[in-house]
Amino acid sequence: MNRRESLKAWGLIAPALLWTLAFFVVPIAIMTVYSFWQRVGTKTVRGFSLDNYVAFFSKTYFREALFNSLEVTILVTVISILLAYPLAYILAYQVPSHWQRLALSLAILPFWTSYVVRSYSWLLVLSAKGIVSKSLQTLGILHDPVSFVNSRMGTIIGFVHFFTMLLTLTIFANLVQIPRNYLKAAADLGASRLQAFWHVTLPLSVPGIMVGAFLTFVLCIGDYITPQILGGNKELLLPQVIMLQIGRQANFPMASALSLILMLVISLVFLVSARYLRLERV
Amino acid sequence: MSSLKRFLRLLPATLYVLLVFAFIFLPVVTLVLFSFQGSRLPIPPFDGPSLKWYGAVFSDRRLMAALNHSIWVGVLSSLLAVALAFLAAYALARVKLPLSNLWRWLITAPLSMSYLIIAMGLLITFNALGIAKSLVAIGIGHVVINLPLCFAIIFSQLGEQQARLERAARDLGASELSVMTLITLPLIWPALFAAFFLSFTLSWDEFIIAFLLSRFDVTLPVEIWSLLSSGLNPKTNAIGSVVFGVSIVLLILLETILLGRRRRT
Repeated sequence: MNRRESLKAWGLIAPALLWTLAFFVVPIAIMTVYSFWQRVGTKTVRGFSLDNYVAFFSKTYFREALFNSLEVTILVTVISILLAYPLAYILAYQVPSHWQRLALSLAILPFWTSYVVRSYSWLLVLSAKGIVSKSLQTLGILHDPVSFVNSRMGTIIGFVHFFTMLLTLTIFANLVQIPRNYLKAAADLGASRLQAFWHVTLPLSVPGIMVGAFLTFVLCIGDYITPQILGGNKELLLPQVIMLQIGRQANFPMASALSLILMLVISLVFLVSARYLRLERV
Repeated sequence: MSSLKRFLRLLPATLYVLLVFAFIFLPVVTLVLFSFQGSRLPIPPFDGPSLKWYGAVFSDRRLMAALNHSIWVGVLSSLLAVALAFLAAYALARVKLPLSNLWRWLITAPLSMSYLIIAMGLLITFNALGIAKSLVAIGIGHVVINLPLCFAIIFSQLGEQQARLERAARDLGASELSVMTLITLPLIWPALFAAFFLSFTLSWDEFIIAFLLSRFDVTLPVEIWSLLSSGLNPKTNAIGSVVFGVSIVLLILLETILLGRRRRT
């Protein structure tokens, strides 16, 4: 009976496990093997060589792509937290509770535009003929049209927009779970509102910040669309370089090595933040 | 006096919220507004409203084919993801198996990986095995990204409360299959619906997997991407607004289902 039951259970888990193995684990394994192969001219040479990894560390082109990606991602994460925290705080503590759900839904509504459409929309706003440039000219602040895209700034604005919404969501979800009694207790013990925030609310909302920050990091560093549409080709981020390797040169081995390096960076960040990432607490 | 004080106290917060909301809504409002543009460039001044770009979108055969592909890939891959996730979650929540933590971890592992890496892995694997790029390949990739999410949602809903009802049914002589279909499924259908809608929304919007694994038949985000090479165009605004509108309708459906359920319990 017990044996039959566990056999049946294995039968139920098997499809999901096999799917994950076949289309997630095996592909990453194959990619790892590929990363030790080499592209010479138009041929792929099998074997074992570390040349792709050596190229990554010795060529500034590749190294810079990683540094650019890290810089942009960290900057985006920090700016987004700074923008999102006050918004989440106001929504959680100062908006009447029957309006909260609506206000939050509104605050993250544009979250649901697809990546491509969202970046295109920013192109409309930030290009030389766009709304921002036109408005600044009308106000007399600018004389000539100025484009805010095709630059790191374009990429960052596009990213910050998306991740502010994401972080507002995770921080809000965390803030509403902090019992209000804690704040009353702090007040009874003579804490000012600022002290109560600093010593009670802020430390208790760290899990919400960390979950949002981790998601921001992973989604931001692996995104190709936003830098490609808004950042242009002057300064490349790692995903753009990966796509160029497959696109123009069909260099799958190099693209594999770069993808694995990206994966390594994400895994490292995951390990560092893992102890904060207990999702059930958010 | 006190109302003035209250007003002054709330003023900074209100201003802040308005500013951030303006930032958040600026691109979407611009997108939708200029989809009704009369002339050929979606930039100020606005000279609409005109519906001609929506007409252009709905008479564009490539866009309509891509829309069709997106719906099929989304529906089928989400159904498969929900089915696989439900079976696995049911077994892992009800039967004590050796290494069950490892299996849970493995099934949810793709959640913390970039879509780009998942897409690259599948591209290289399919390429090595000689499997052609196609809508099926995209669907396979979308199941990979949605299965862990569906699993997490469904697993979290399979609590002790349902287990008790299942035991009662078993004691009354119900077979394992009738327990699953007559007790468990009806109890957790809102979670299944939520998982399905969320999966569909993610598949509907997904770009990089669809881009790398498609050749002739593409999904909507990939088709929109190729429209971008023609620069700013109100037609792109129109199809972008349509895509956004569909996501919003799906979300409202999802909210209604979840809210309705919360009210009842």
